[in-house]
Amino acid sequence: MITLKDVHFSYANNIEALKGISLTINDGDFIAIMGQNGAGKTTFIKHFNGLLKPSSGTVHVNGVETTKTSVAMLARNIGFVFQNPDNQLFSETVEDEIAFALKNFGFDKETIEKRVTWALDFLSLTQYRKTSPFLLSGGERKRVALASVLAWDPETLVLDEPTIGQDHEQKEKLRQFIMQLQAKKKTVVMVTHDVEFVSECNPRVILIRDGKIVADGIAKDILTNSKLLKESSIVLPQIAQIFTKLSPLGLPADIIDLDEAETVILSKAKKEA
Amino acid sequence: MSIIEISDLVYTYPGASKPSIDGLSLNIEKGDFVLITGPSGCGKTSLCRTFNGLIPHFYSGELKGQIIVAGQNISGKKTFDLAKHVGLVFQNPENQLFALSVEKDVAFGLENLGMSRDEMRKRVDWALNLAGIYDLRERSPHEVSGGQQQRVAIASVLAMQPEIIVLDEPTSFLDPLSAERIFEVIYKLNQEQGITVVLVEHRLDLTVKYANHLVVMDKGKICFEGNPRDLLCNEEISRIGVGIPKATLLYKKLKAAGFDINKQIPLSSDEIADQLLKVLRP
Repeated sequence: MITLKDVHFSYANNIEALKGISLTINDGDFIAIMGQNGAGKTTFIKHFNGLLKPSSGTVHVNGVETTKTSVAMLARNIGFVFQNPDNQLFSETVEDEIAFALKNFGFDKETIEKRVTWALDFLSLTQYRKTSPFLLSGGERKRVALASVLAWDPETLVLDEPTIGQDHEQKEKLRQFIMQLQAKKKTVVMVTHDVEFVSECNPRVILIRDGKIVADGIAKDILTNSKLLKESSIVLPQIAQIFTKLSPLGLPADIIDLDEAETVILSKAKKEA
Repeated sequence: MSIIEISDLVYTYPGASKPSIDGLSLNIEKGDFVLITGPSGCGKTSLCRTFNGLIPHFYSGELKGQIIVAGQNISGKKTFDLAKHVGLVFQNPENQLFALSVEKDVAFGLENLGMSRDEMRKRVDWALNLAGIYDLRERSPHEVSGGQQQRVAIASVLAMQPEIIVLDEPTSFLDPLSAERIFEVIYKLNQEQGITVVLVEHRLDLTVKYANHLVVMDKGKICFEGNPRDLLCNEEISRIGVGIPKATLLYKKLKAAGFDINKQIPLSSDEIADQLLKVLRP
């Protein structure tokens, strides 16, 4: 469980990035954090593992205040995948990159081998096992960063823009994996601009604007609120855009799911016929 | 008139065991808006690097086949000669920014062309405004956010007013509304000034409506190309992992259920909503 109480944070240049954030993330939550560029999303999640400590207010992770422990201790429970994989990759081969944290955590050789093989396979990277991560494409490097965290199976997963550079198939795999983690009661927090991905995943959505939380609710409510989204420089997902335009037909406006969209339109067509 | 002609291109990076581009031919007409998509690692970025000669001049490696850009064979041309014709916006903006201020970064290419100070000032301001970063002009490009860096990279290329703009996932760090604005600016330059645009994107829901030529790549080859509407009807392209826009998917689902709203396959939410309103309005 992660609890933030009235968290303020200012960078050295006195720019206040967080202006009083209070939030509880329970074990097993699946949360998407959204908001425009510069809203404070990345600053916010960096408080979860003590990379940043609040200027005022408190952050507790599993009951421990982040100012009273080390990033290394916090890192044992929280796996971070950063926005830009180049800030995170450093090993000579993809395999070493994925094994790095496992070795640090003192897993035995056999377990490391098993986990690395699993992660390579899961993220379609097996053919690059012995390749330098820096020879891979942007989308592939992002998957190496993801693999290196998924491999050690953290209790809480924090993903900053996990879908950048990923094709449809990889995104669908990631979605299914997050659903599996949900079934295991693991906590997943992702920062994302990808409204289509959010509408497919259906998480709790937290909208941050100018260092404050301006909305916290289910995806269906937030992603169909065009005024709220526009103020955060977010566009409606495509299905919600369609139903906004269809408002003269008297159909429900809060639809983000493709199958639901089909059902609603077909039943309308039947009535008209 | 063709502005880019690639024939039988095979390219292997130094030290790589197999080619990244593996027998690819492509013809791009002047004024086209080309959208290139395909699974990550299929060779999209490598292909972009050939358009201004970064491949093979900077990356070296082994290149076979022929690439003609703006009437010139790139094998005999230096990247800085090609830069007058082709502007490239990289996937990772950090790889292309280096100056002490945003406006110096945007002015850099123009200085190299030997442009007059007044003209340069005008061009730089024009590009900064188009990219929505005029207020950031005195900041260091390394202090601004990832999304803002992408705008700086885009402004630097726009300032050059090249004949061809090549953009490799140029808005991946931007919030959706900012991304849409950038795409609109690029589309406008394409429509009004006839600038040829080559855009690499996974997110067809945001971009396919602008394109008149869609290229789907897989494993270093082109597997489908043509008119976006025709291609999105093709079931094969979803099997490669191409993300079909939800508007198009909804249309297909309705059609499969026996409710055919139009002959023309929609590419955007506006198109399908208009079709539905016509059919369903009492």
